[in-house]
Amino acid sequence: MIRNLGKTFTAPGGEIIALDGIGLTVRKGEFLSLVGSSGCGKSTLLRIIAGLETEYEGTVLLGGNPIRGPGLDRGMVFQEHRLFPWLTVEENVAFAIDGGGGEEKTRLVREHLFRVRLTGFEKAFPYQLSGGMAHRVAIARALVNRPRILLMDEPFGSLDAITRIRMQQEILRIWEAERTTMVLVTHDIEEAVYLGDRVAVMSRRPGTIRDVVPVDLPRPRDRSSRAFAFIRKAIYDDFLDEGDGLERQQDELSRYPSGVEDIPVAAATRHGFHAVFQLQAPMGG
Amino acid sequence: MFPTTDFRRRAAEKAIQYLVLPAMLLAVWQVLFHTGFLRPMTLPPPTRLARTFLELLENGQLLRHVEISVLRVLEGFALASLLGTVLGVGIGLSGKLDRLTDLVLQLMKPIPPIAWIPMAILWFGIEEASKIFIIFMGAFFPILVNVTDGIRQTDRKFVEVARILSVPRGKFVRQVVIAGAFPSIMTGLRVGLGVAWICVVAAELIAASQGVGYMIMDARQLSQPDVVLVGMITIGVIGKLMDCAIRQAERRLVTWKAPYRGESG
Repeated sequence: MIRNLGKTFTAPGGEIIALDGIGLTVRKGEFLSLVGSSGCGKSTLLRIIAGLETEYEGTVLLGGNPIRGPGLDRGMVFQEHRLFPWLTVEENVAFAIDGGGGEEKTRLVREHLFRVRLTGFEKAFPYQLSGGMAHRVAIARALVNRPRILLMDEPFGSLDAITRIRMQQEILRIWEAERTTMVLVTHDIEEAVYLGDRVAVMSRRPGTIRDVVPVDLPRPRDRSSRAFAFIRKAIYDDFLDEGDGLERQQDELSRYPSGVEDIPVAAATRHGFHAVFQLQAPMGG
Repeated sequence: MFPTTDFRRRAAEKAIQYLVLPAMLLAVWQVLFHTGFLRPMTLPPPTRLARTFLELLENGQLLRHVEISVLRVLEGFALASLLGTVLGVGIGLSGKLDRLTDLVLQLMKPIPPIAWIPMAILWFGIEEASKIFIIFMGAFFPILVNVTDGIRQTDRKFVEVARILSVPRGKFVRQVVIAGAFPSIMTGLRVGLGVAWICVVAAELIAASQGVGYMIMDARQLSQPDVVLVGMITIGVIGKLMDCAIRQAERRLVTWKAPYRGESG
């Protein structure tokens, strides 16, 4: 839970306000996507939650306690896999475990490698893995301590399109199995909508949360469905003209004859300047 | 075509590439001698050197001198490796230790090891200790510099991973910092060993009663250019062998990196 968060960077030529008045509550067990264009401070926000950045104004609470630094209750996956090239796959995962008996450690490592479907690659070095596999190891490493929250900073940004889609399915599968709270930072709107229970939209300079859009679509989600496209476009337009995107979407929606099956089931909540509104459509379908 | 024959042909090609230049140099050298261009007193031909080499090998002189030189190098190098690595890691990790030692080390580094010889003789006499001191002074700085650089080049991204995982300091230093600096440490040791070998010969040239360097100086006074040249070539060959050995060790120890061999794309 984040209240009134602000972060200022001192740069040559003056201070840059990176984050300003951020308010955001992450619910237990939810998958929250955080989208924003590059430079909007979304990564900074994530790094604050991770405890990597400790100088900020405002309050960032985790289970009621202010975050003062990194902790094992939060796992993190970066854009690059950041595996240690000198450790094997299993050593990389084991690296995350502090102490503990050898056998218990081995069991945990095996279990988590199995979970990301990498059984059989224990002895491989990172340079021998494909990009997707290396990211799966990074996910296993982040999960092996059973964190309460998994933070992901554009984790699939460096992967090709097909691998990225596979990884998205993979992370959903893990999320559904573990129900770990997940916060995903991305600039890919489709990714945000495909994965998130809610999508928080950030604006830039200074970074602030413009909208939090719930995605009430059943999983697995169909990227080509009308409902999916609708939400994606709403967020997309919101970015383009930093203003009336959702209103225009509502106008377009009203042009559909009511009762048509594929009208999206969506509710968009908008904070900030304007009204909070709900878009209603037939249930089911 | 079978891949094995293909592989063998390529291996043979590589061996030829490796040997063609030295073979040509030897041939030209020998031919120049036969045309009367070279006088045996200034540059004896390869055939003469081969004969001298066999003689020195047979009477045990060469091996005795080599053995002593190699032993000195190993002693001095072991000392330099130990101190260079420990101090290098310390300086790399601690800004305080860095500031405390920086000026002294930076002032001593540019002094050529050979310039220490007069002081070494004053302090340690002309026995083993003075040679080991010279070797140490030569090998220590390249090792120290490479180790410190390796530690300093620890990737911030890996530091963040360790912070996220709340890794204890000791484990962090061992498994992230030192493990990551390992290739640099190996480079330092390799350069250090090379310098150590150069230093032993230099020290022996000036003040010694045994060793390859002494053998060369002795032969110069007796006007035996063939022995001088055999000594020089021996120095080169042993230096090369030492480098090969340490490279081999590096390849065994750093298995996580695929080395670049000049291929493109």
